[in-house]
Amino acid sequence: MALADIWGRSGSPENFISCPACGRRALKQVWREHINVCPSCGKYQPLKGKARLNLVLDRGSQKELFPEMAVHDPLGFPGYREKAEAQQEKTGLNEAVLSAYGTISNFPAVVAVLDSRFFMGSMSSTVGEKITRTIEYAGKEKLPLIIFSASGGARMQEGIFSLMQMAKTSAAIQAFSEAGGLFISYLTHPTTGGVTASFATLGDITLAEPGALIGFAGPRVIEQTIHAKLPKNFQRSEYLEERGFVDMIVERKDMKSVLAQLLSLHS
Amino acid sequence: MIRERLEVLDKLEKKIASIRESKSLRKQERLMNLKTFKQDLLAECKELNPAEKVYLARHLDRPRTDDYVAALFTDFFPQRGDHLYDNDKSILGGIGRYHGQAVTIVGQRKGHTAKENVEFNFGMACPEGYRKAMRIMEQAEKFRRPIITFVDTPGAYPGKEAEEHGQGEAIARSMAFMSKLTVPVVTIVIGEGNSGGALALSVANRIIMLENSVYSVLSPEGFASILWKDASRHEEACEIMKLTAEDLKEAKVADAIVEEPLGGAQRNPKLQFEYLDKVLEKELESLKGLSPAALREDRFKKFRSIGGL
Ligand SMILES: [Zn+2]
Repeated sequence: MALADIWGRSGSPENFISCPACGRRALKQVWREHINVCPSCGKYQPLKGKARLNLVLDRGSQKELFPEMAVHDPLGFPGYREKAEAQQEKTGLNEAVLSAYGTISNFPAVVAVLDSRFFMGSMSSTVGEKITRTIEYAGKEKLPLIIFSASGGARMQEGIFSLMQMAKTSAAIQAFSEAGGLFISYLTHPTTGGVTASFATLGDITLAEPGALIGFAGPRVIEQTIHAKLPKNFQRSEYLEERGFVDMIVERKDMKSVLAQLLSLHS
Repeated sequence: MIRERLEVLDKLEKKIASIRESKSLRKQERLMNLKTFKQDLLAECKELNPAEKVYLARHLDRPRTDDYVAALFTDFFPQRGDHLYDNDKSILGGIGRYHGQAVTIVGQRKGHTAKENVEFNFGMACPEGYRKAMRIMEQAEKFRRPIITFVDTPGAYPGKEAEEHGQGEAIARSMAFMSKLTVPVVTIVIGEGNSGGALALSVANRIIMLENSVYSVLSPEGFASILWKDASRHEEACEIMKLTAEDLKEAKVADAIVEEPLGGAQRNPKLQFEYLDKVLEKELESLKGLSPAALREDRFKKFRSIGGL
């Protein structure tokens, strides 16, 4: 059973799950208590988008936004529809982003979460459009905006339409920001490519999960370009925090309280 | 392939030039035959496939930003650096006159020689380059000058320092910044425009593409290696990526296409400058009546609606 599934099928007969990083096993219940952070080695494992929303938003406050938006195939790319259907089947999602309105310790906010299980959280025209509508919704309702990013970059199958989402989402954040909106960008593993080079780096406040890979170009491409090995923690949250591109690295258990603190400071 | 046709054309033209002086009838007849052959070959250059366009877009002799700036603008005054850290030479920026009007120019640079290309980092900008572009464009906003950007890049530089200096953030800021400008912005894609590195300077009211220029999410080689784990399938990638000027016009990314001399811009740069001049003047003219707020709104709407669902 895949680690990411632990939030869903509680009826599964398997009670132990081993860590992909260190290989040590732990009870499903223990993984759950540690919010998918390995109890043995401390390595962060991905969270489902829905699980993230449930953790951050107050119980009963959640209202999903634009739930009907699904994968769109603007180029008629060979095999794309079939692959998308398989991913929808596997994840129960219709695209790589979830949006919701809710309260965080009673502070109202709009939250979007990219789910890396769906096409690596890549930027498709639907992802870009849904993020943009979410930003515009937060702007119209005068609510703070929080986006949890996790993305492998562009959705290749959508070619130029994938690329153009970078300009669209950046322009939307610009307008939201000028109107006085608060945008907290929360970077999780991995945040790369077109998402890094658009809304994810335009936050008023930038938070990151420990050990997350955050960058524009992938480490392999960089090593091929410069013909040298990169430092071990290159492009990791800690490396970026050291250089001031991230305001704070926040442990998953503190995620909600730090967000509540920031919302309180801006209320 | 266009590459072979261009090589044959080159040889033919040299031969034709060497024969011209002769008065012998036999030679005159041979000259006629060669010229017919040349016309036929040129006619074959009319319909190029996407991979051939990529070849032309990257041709070493293709006119580049510096050539267009020298040909289309007067009184050019270059501006250097981001005034924060460095001067990225892969970006040319400055003030000049276009048909008498002061404008701001920002362009990605490629060279015609290996030495120039090393100096310009093959058109791949670092964060300092995008910050330099923003610094220069900010003055255009202040002094109400229209902005003309030239796009010609294989992508933003994937280097260690580039990442450490915030490559992603610099690109994002540049797009956000351009989206709020209230002066006319026209982008001209003159060669290859790949990835966020190209888009960072393309948030314009009007995007003009040269007939054989290409614009895409990634280079065809990168695309093939990500999708099929095989960069050698780049020609196949060109076919499905929809990266030609016509494709981009259909996608409503490009607003106008500039004709190129048969066989590509490098065959007659002077003619190419004239072709571009006509279209650029018209596109700038079309933005003249718009108020500052309307200019911003027009640009926002263009990008808001691309690929609209
Ligand atoms: Zn572990």
